[in-house]
Amino acid sequence: MRIGKDLVAAAATPVVLGILAEGESYGYAILQRITALSGGELEWSDGMLYPLLHRLERLGHVDSEWRQEPGGRPRKHYRLSAQGAATLADQRRQWTVIGSVLDQVWPGGPDDRQPRIALGLG
Amino acid sequence: MSTDPTQSLDELIASWRDWMERRDALSTADIDELESHLRDRVDALAGAGLADDEAFLIGVKRLGSMDELSREYAVEHSGRLWKQLVLDDGAAEGADATGATIPVRLRANGLAVALALGVGAGVALKATELLAGPDVVFRNIAVIVLPFLAAWFAWRRRPPVATLIGVAAAFVLVGLALNLYPFDGGSSTVTVAMQDSATAVLATIGSVVALWLVTGIVDAGGAWRSDRTRMDFIRFSGEWLVYYVLIAIVGGALSGLTVAVFASIQVDVMPFVGEWVLPCGAAGAVLVAAWLVGAKQRVIENIAPVLTKVFTPLFTLMMLALVVAAVLQWNLVDGSRELLIAFDLVLVVAVGLLVYAVSAREPALPPGWFDRLQVVMLAAALVVDVIVLAAMLARTGEFGFSANKTASLGLNLILLANLAWAAWLQVGFVRRRVPFGRVERWQTGYLPVYLGWAAILVFLFPPVFGFA
Repeated sequence: MRIGKDLVAAAATPVVLGILAEGESYGYAILQRITALSGGELEWSDGMLYPLLHRLERLGHVDSEWRQEPGGRPRKHYRLSAQGAATLADQRRQWTVIGSVLDQVWPGGPDDRQPRIALGLG
Repeated sequence: MSTDPTQSLDELIASWRDWMERRDALSTADIDELESHLRDRVDALAGAGLADDEAFLIGVKRLGSMDELSREYAVEHSGRLWKQLVLDDGAAEGADATGATIPVRLRANGLAVALALGVGAGVALKATELLAGPDVVFRNIAVIVLPFLAAWFAWRRRPPVATLIGVAAAFVLVGLALNLYPFDGGSSTVTVAMQDSATAVLATIGSVVALWLVTGIVDAGGAWRSDRTRMDFIRFSGEWLVYYVLIAIVGGALSGLTVAVFASIQVDVMPFVGEWVLPCGAAGAVLVAAWLVGAKQRVIENIAPVLTKVFTPLFTLMMLALVVAAVLQWNLVDGSRELLIAFDLVLVVAVGLLVYAVSAREPALPPGWFDRLQVVMLAAALVVDVIVLAAMLARTGEFGFSANKTASLGLNLILLANLAWAAWLQVGFVRRRVPFGRVERWQTGYLPVYLGWAAILVFLFPPVFGFA
């Protein structure tokens, strides 16, 4: 199963903000984390993460800093800002609403899905 | 797809960086970040047992299509594309031919040299005016200002000494002719242009054109026989004119604003602005515009060809309307003496539209609608001009051969010859019989003809027409 482009785009911001809420990180590690969390199903081309991070930085949701770990190469680290945390909380409320609506529209868990709806989903 | 196994990972990444740096939307810091990512990815893949070059290929592939990526960066950093045009001169140091011939250190402080030369031009202009009077300045405008432009080119291109000596000799010769010929009138008057004799005005115009082209020889670094450097100078001239006009408009507006603001507190700065700021600014702007063209060469799309694309259709419509009007009314024949001068301007515009369209055209592309439109434009211009020429020549006896009339007739014939052959080549090109290179070479090859006619205006016209 591949997740559609629009859905990936919509989910990207809350996912990245959520990962940064776990602690500061850098691009490659964020992508690794997304792959691990989604079992490889939520993916986009690696480069696209960076314009997104830059946008979040411009909006003030994250702060960034170039840093060189001892023995490592320089990396640009991103950290969630206070404003970013507020945005994340807000997004979380929105997604919760959507999630609960979808849960009610599609009754039953994924295990006892009704045939009619399974068909409808293709 | 495979890469040369002898290349190390660092070499591969260096060439990848080279490629990425050509994208305007990506800054060096962005590429650093992507490189750091790429190296992490390569390390992980190499750890899983892949060879470095294989890991590199996969890493690059996973970064995504470069076009999409740079588009995504451009969306996020749209301001950056614009800012680069104005501020970031580093971006001008590209990897193409001209960039390679100019060392970076020359670019970095190029502005300082251009400004110094601009100030020099302004001072020279003002000093001549104070020492010799305004009419001398007017007649010698090219001899006073253009050496500074030539010096700027000389500084940038480092042409051979022989070229510089030749160009200097041309400046001296023109200067001598303009000042030693005993022109009628023009002396001891303040209102300049109108008081000069016709031959003096023609010689002035000729000197501007001739010395501009001679200055181009310095810009070409002495390689003035090459089609490529000639075309580069044509491009330079078009861009320079656009920048100069822009500077003039803004400078004029600012001067007006200054005068108005000071007038509101009862201080009259009009004389100061009129006698010092405008002349010095006009001379200095020649150098600033030249610097701008060089600095922005690879950052901004050339403007002159864009204007050409916009105005060629309109100009073609105008010419066709004129043909119809001329045929219906048949009164071009009764036109006044100014008609010929007006038609010189029409032909100059036609040649300009043609040349700048040629200068921006990708030679390898097959002929398209724009090339066909140019055929129509050229044909219309030729038809109208032949009608006018026939009428004027038929009535030569009535008007006589004054200096003005001979000069404009000569220019008309020169441009007509250019356009006639250019139209022939263009038709051939549209029918795919003639390669585009010949269309281009015809225009660059024609430059010496203009130079020759301008030189005739400067050196031969005054004695032939008795300095009247």
